[in-house]
Amino acid sequence: MLIAITFYLLAFTAIAAAFMVVAARNPVHSVMFLILTFFAAAGLFILMGAEFIALLLVMVYVGAVAVLFLFVVMMLDVDFVELKQGFLSYLPAGLIVAFIILAEMIMVGAAYFSGASKTVVPTDPETSNLERFGEVLYTDYAGAFEAAGLVLLVAMIGAIVLTLRERKGVRTQNAMDQIARTREEGVELVDVEPGQGLG
Amino acid sequence: MFQSLSTILPELFLAVTASLLLGFGLSKTQDRSDIVRNIAAGLLVIFGLMGFVLDRPAGTSFNGLLYNNEFSDFLKAVIGLAAAAALLLSKHYFKSEKLDRYEFSVLTLYSVLGMSIMVSANNLLSMYIGIEMQSLALYIMAAFNRDSLRASESGLKYFVLGALSSGLLLYGASLVYGFTGSLDFETIRASIELTGATSGVIAGMVFLLCGLAFKISAAPFHMWTPDVYEGSPTPVTGFFAAAPKLAAMAIIARLTIIPFSDILGQWQQVIVVMAVLSMLVGALGAIVQTNIKRLMAYSSIANMGYALVPIAAGTVAGIQGMLIFMTIYVISVIGVFATILQMRLRNGMVEKISDLSGLSKSNPGMALCITFFMVSLIGIPPWLGFFGKWFAFAPAFEAGLAWLVVIALVMSVVGAFYYLRIIKMIWFDEPTREFILAPRTVRFIAIASALLVFPLLVIPGTGIGIAAMNLAETAAQALFAQ
Repeated sequence: MLIAITFYLLAFTAIAAAFMVVAARNPVHSVMFLILTFFAAAGLFILMGAEFIALLLVMVYVGAVAVLFLFVVMMLDVDFVELKQGFLSYLPAGLIVAFIILAEMIMVGAAYFSGASKTVVPTDPETSNLERFGEVLYTDYAGAFEAAGLVLLVAMIGAIVLTLRERKGVRTQNAMDQIARTREEGVELVDVEPGQGLG
Repeated sequence: MFQSLSTILPELFLAVTASLLLGFGLSKTQDRSDIVRNIAAGLLVIFGLMGFVLDRPAGTSFNGLLYNNEFSDFLKAVIGLAAAAALLLSKHYFKSEKLDRYEFSVLTLYSVLGMSIMVSANNLLSMYIGIEMQSLALYIMAAFNRDSLRASESGLKYFVLGALSSGLLLYGASLVYGFTGSLDFETIRASIELTGATSGVIAGMVFLLCGLAFKISAAPFHMWTPDVYEGSPTPVTGFFAAAPKLAAMAIIARLTIIPFSDILGQWQQVIVVMAVLSMLVGALGAIVQTNIKRLMAYSSIANMGYALVPIAAGTVAGIQGMLIFMTIYVISVIGVFATILQMRLRNGMVEKISDLSGLSKSNPGMALCITFFMVSLIGIPPWLGFFGKWFAFAPAFEAGLAWLVVIALVMSVVGAFYYLRIIKMIWFDEPTREFILAPRTVRFIAIASALLVFPLLVIPGTGIGIAAMNLAETAAQALFAQ
């Protein structure tokens, strides 16, 4: 019962939020609704027992992609009013695409239920997806995992090489100089006569 | 454990030294790009020869992710030497364009590491990671001249299309995984033996080959090539045209021979279509080009078509032919780019084919070098290019693909037109410009390659040609023995 309620709540939230992504007037609101859609979808994945995919969805899509969208929307000066003007004229094409997607989903669902024996069943329902995933990732695929780290290193080098510009003549803090200062250079003891001040 | 480590020694060596070199280059007080480049070139030579000097047993490492044998050793040697040559060629170009930064050498090392993982990959996952590592480094190298609009455009174009090809590749890999239940090449082969050619496996195989066709710029996935070749810095283009092509060609050979050996009839069709289209596009597209880098892009498309012909045969002789053809192609392409890098006037580089006119009068040595390369690329008998084509086309003929060989020969004749046009310009046209004398490294590499494609070394009695052929044969046999 609780699962059913949660499912309908999440599913309704996902659909309503997805609709609002397209319908919202303010693009920032659109991105916010997009984040809500991702969260609802992540909840649906958890209900299906796919907690790893749910976590990925939240981390990658909410944590990175949606924030990137937000940046783009806020930084770029796109005239969204002008962009929205053709909304109705695009509607027929959009409806056709939506209809095709719907038909495909119905067919996939029908094919799935007609051959129920093909369903994948987890071999060991006791351990979670995350545990199983970690087991193969750090044993069988340890080499690939390390190599993927090098791929990320290459990406990082690339980002720095292509964007870093060293400017000459900029005054910057030199941490080493600051640390290497001695008491003698930094502090001066002055013997002040009473009633005279430092002058 | 140590046996397993020894099989991945070249990869470990490159990964560790590249990372150390990255740290070494990071000096605030002095510019270390020169010394980093020289060290990197030395490392690449060591990496390339490692497979032959050390007596390493063939075997798997990382639980079957990589499989090292004579096949990958041979390819690593050619890739390592080609990359070292390209790196040395880049020195004066980057210096004069004020782009000399040590990261370039480090990126070259990482891309060679990626290629090395590719050529010994025995698993779809390690194959993908190898491809990504080399392409990511190549995207950055293409855009290395970040202030130039064309270089940025070429980098971006390469990146977007490369991402698309990765998508195709991953989609194919996931289909193959889904229908065979494994990522491991040998398990996939066993599974296909058991189930036969299911439609899912065939679709996955086609997607995999299409994704790889992007990497070798085989038609119909060649569109990025001319723009990227033209826009990238010239030494980078020279690097693109040589080593990465060989690595991608090797992984195509590996995929078709190991996991998909039982569905030869299916992949053969794909390879044949790509070969015919590449030869057509390469031969006809090059005719109207005026920029020599664009011309070399089309020439490379055509040559990839020729190299796919022996793979389509699916025999030991075919793989051997592909290896020989690609090695000769790599030598001549490095030579061609070494001569293109000599096309420098007082106020900068020029890239027009017409700038070469009358070169024989102003610079006979360079003219002779270009003529050698062009004649070799056409495939006129005493030059090495002829032997490359001979070993490439003969196995396909024996495997019953006579019509494919006929198309390849006709396209070679069509392609001869634009190579001969360059030769005619060099020797018979009036001189228009005078190039300034190129630096010694560039001239040396051009002359060395020209001597290599000249049949001096394959004359019976010198033995070098025979030794190279035996190496290629052992490599091809090792691939089939796995």
